[in-house]
Amino acid sequence: MKNLARRIGSVAALLLCAAPAFADELNMPRGVTDISREIYDLHMLIFIICCVIGAVVFSVMFVSIIKHRRAAGHEPADFHENTQLEIIWTIVPIIILVAMAVPATQVLIAMYDTGGEDMTVEVRGYQWKWQYKYLDDDYNRTFSFFSNMSTTQDEINDKAEKGENYLLEVDNPLRIPANRKVRFLVTAEDVIHAWWIPDFGIKRDAVPGMLNELWTIVPEPGIYRGQCAELCGKDHGFMPVVVEVMEEDAFDAWYAEEVEREAIRVENLSKTFTGEELMAEGESVYNTFCASCHQANGRGVPPVFPSLVGTPVATGPRDEHIRMVLDGVPGTSMQAFGKQLDAAQVAAVVHYERHSWGNNAGDTTQPRDVIAIQDQAAGN
Amino acid sequence: MSEATLDQVTDHHDDHHDHGPAKGLSRWLFTTNHKDIGTLYLWFSFLMLMVGGLLALIIRTELFQPGLQFINPEFFNQMTTNHGLIMVFGAIMPAFVGLANWLLPMQVGAPDMALPRMNNLSFWILPFAFGMMIATLFMEGGGPNFGWTFYAPLSTTYAPDSVTYFIFAVHMMGASSIMGSINIIATILNMRAPGMTLMKMPMFVWTWLITAYLLLAVMPVLAGAVTMMLFDIHFDTSFFNAAGGGDPVLFQHIFWFFGHPEVYIMILPAFGVISHVIPAFARKQLFGYDSMVYAVASIAFLSFIVWAHHMFTVGMPLAGQLFFMYSTMLIAVPTGVKVFNWISTMWRGSMTFETPMLFAIAFVVLFTIGGFSGLMLAITPADYQYHDTYFVVAHFHYVLVPGALFSIYAAVYFWFPKWTGRMYNESLGKLHFWLSFIGVNITFFPQHFSGLAGMPRRIPDYALQFADFNMLSSIGAFIFGFAQVFFLYVLIHGIRAGKKAEARAWDGAHGLEWTLPSPAPYHSFTHPPVVTEEEAHT
Ligand code: HEC
Ligand SMILES: [Cu+2]
Ligand SMILES: [Cu+2]
Repeated sequence: MKNLARRIGSVAALLLCAAPAFADELNMPRGVTDISREIYDLHMLIFIICCVIGAVVFSVMFVSIIKHRRAAGHEPADFHENTQLEIIWTIVPIIILVAMAVPATQVLIAMYDTGGEDMTVEVRGYQWKWQYKYLDDDYNRTFSFFSNMSTTQDEINDKAEKGENYLLEVDNPLRIPANRKVRFLVTAEDVIHAWWIPDFGIKRDAVPGMLNELWTIVPEPGIYRGQCAELCGKDHGFMPVVVEVMEEDAFDAWYAEEVEREAIRVENLSKTFTGEELMAEGESVYNTFCASCHQANGRGVPPVFPSLVGTPVATGPRDEHIRMVLDGVPGTSMQAFGKQLDAAQVAAVVHYERHSWGNNAGDTTQPRDVIAIQDQAAGN
Repeated sequence: MSEATLDQVTDHHDDHHDHGPAKGLSRWLFTTNHKDIGTLYLWFSFLMLMVGGLLALIIRTELFQPGLQFINPEFFNQMTTNHGLIMVFGAIMPAFVGLANWLLPMQVGAPDMALPRMNNLSFWILPFAFGMMIATLFMEGGGPNFGWTFYAPLSTTYAPDSVTYFIFAVHMMGASSIMGSINIIATILNMRAPGMTLMKMPMFVWTWLITAYLLLAVMPVLAGAVTMMLFDIHFDTSFFNAAGGGDPVLFQHIFWFFGHPEVYIMILPAFGVISHVIPAFARKQLFGYDSMVYAVASIAFLSFIVWAHHMFTVGMPLAGQLFFMYSTMLIAVPTGVKVFNWISTMWRGSMTFETPMLFAIAFVVLFTIGGFSGLMLAITPADYQYHDTYFVVAHFHYVLVPGALFSIYAAVYFWFPKWTGRMYNESLGKLHFWLSFIGVNITFFPQHFSGLAGMPRRIPDYALQFADFNMLSSIGAFIFGFAQVFFLYVLIHGIRAGKKAEARAWDGAHGLEWTLPSPAPYHSFTHPPVVTEEEAHT
């Protein structure tokens, strides 16, 4: 309550503050890239031109309102046209517009200066998360991951204190190096999203079936935050974009690590695991991807999120269970996890579900079993 | 039918020139009278304003504070979608058609609209269309939740089942608009009193003539878009489905080819209204009549070649971006001419500030602010930062609420005496104005800032730095909402207890309608009036 009162107080203070567009948090961020600063300057230029025109036009009007009132005894004049005036106020705005269009065109041309990039990242929008794929000419150095919002439901539902970066934080940020030209190829898997980082001055729609090109060079390391900017369904408000810009050395080290981890991941796809290994990996996958709905104890929140304890799917034929996780159930919140998890992870989580909380199917699920089903579905 | 019988029919009709309205409900159901139909349109649009306003208040209640308190994100999306659709198609457009019905025959000196039966039909489609659309909110799976712009594939592959009802409702609204505009064109072109040449027509007539052509041109395009959606959803076509070789961007091109002229459909008649109200209360002829007509015509023409300014972030070749940026900036020229002309009309007039004039002056100022933010949005590089943020929300609410809606209020107060034969209460009217004026600015001005600071539109919850602006907006929205309910009281008070109005209720008002008694007779001009210098533009 006190919080609310304070907020209303500060709102009142805001109302009083004049020339608000010049204050920092009330205006477009200047950003950190050359492009974002050019956009900012353009924005300010046009804003000020509009203010000046507005001031002139409205003062003429207010002078008229004050002087040419009947209450002030003013008699109406009898003029109703003036061709010269009409021509002037057609030509003058055109000149002003040209003055605006010239710098705008220059900035736009600069933004289209693609090519010469040092690296490329594919940005793919999903309902409701982003996938980042680092593309490399050497296919073995290509890897990808998902970036989900990490703000908790409790914070959203006012059951926990909201953190500093409420709604603007993710589990895996996109990482890029400072001072290198990074090209982004933006697309989407399902509906249209828009990828936006205000501080870089870049925003582009992620359209299914279309690859949009964007680029940036960020001089300063740091963490930059944005949001999806195109209505994409229920959780449109909950798919932030977070980019961590790293020093070049640190980035290269991180990249090498990821490549190595990727190699292990690929290797795992053809490995045969012991039951224990599957359980350990399965538990970690389950807790990251499934527990939010099916709960850590597997009992879910019926009827919305079903229990997995002793159910026909969880204890019945294994392949049905695998298919359920791969394909999800369309029209429900049970997504097709085949798009986010690899075969080793799916195998592990299926094995885990079949041997936890009292379930005991007595079989094992290996990555190759999952791959077999994926191949079947793909028709080969 | 032989000629003899035709004559008989007309004779017979002539005998009954002064017959009044039928009694009871059938008067409204079967009426072919332009005033009755105008009244129906106006009350219907007021009802829709209340419904759409209720949805807006639900939205603003949820956005009062960060976090989710009242509704879930899915329902939030249904609210934003239906708020937009109801306000655009249910409140603003029918209100202008209502004004057209009431005013056009009186202003051109005709007895009624040219096609009275079609007039009845075009109104009576609407309650069914909106009944159906609003009913979707109560269906399993919920109502439309994809924004009033209904971008595919969110509105096709990923839409709730109720989208089919929505499509049908849009078809019905389109049919209604097309019939309405045919009627308006026929009336204006065929039914003018002798001597009223095109360049002597009142501005409201001019703006509606051009608007009607815009409607005729773009409503079929909208119908095409929703039909393609229907086929994608039910007949497995892939117009907008990338997986089947279609293109989601195609949808946006089609939609905005309709959508941009659509926004001028909602503002050109407003220009017409303001061009009547300001001269009346400045007691001075409209400045630059000819240039006003040419400005409206050029805006209408330009409106067809700027649509992709809504799509700068979609990804277009540089040449396309530049073309749409330049063409959009050009619209500022004729729009500026209109504002300069209005101000020159006030200049050295003898102004008084009754309620219609207050709304008209607020229109000029606030619409111009909306125009400035529109010019900023036209600047492509800057648009990358503004697009799909609250800056856009602020922009279009400035042109639609203190723009279109205020002009409708100006019109209602201005012609109220002609319609009802009574004057509204001036103090109540002014109170309504000031509450609306303050409310609208508290609601929408802060949204410029939250948008610039980076708040995307159409989100049910927001980061903490946007909290103050949103709280302010929500407070303003409730003030504004209250003011519109109060307007109902002002109307009823005026109808019941208002002072009797004279034929020329405002001493500065000119035009044929003011030569008729107040309230105007059921059939406006049974004999063509003489168009004098006094009552027409020269
Ligand atoms: C967002 C909530 C959500 C998440 C996260 C989720 N599920 Fe589900 N899951 C559901 C819902 C809802 C159903 C019921 C679908 C239906 O209506 O058939 C379901 C059904 C299932 C079933 C079938 C249950 C039965 O016996 O019918 C299995 C197995 C399953 N999920 C496994 C998983 C696994 C494995 C994960 C993590 C990789 C996961 N789920 C993550 C919501 C979720
Ligand atoms: Cu989104
Ligand atoms: Cu437009």
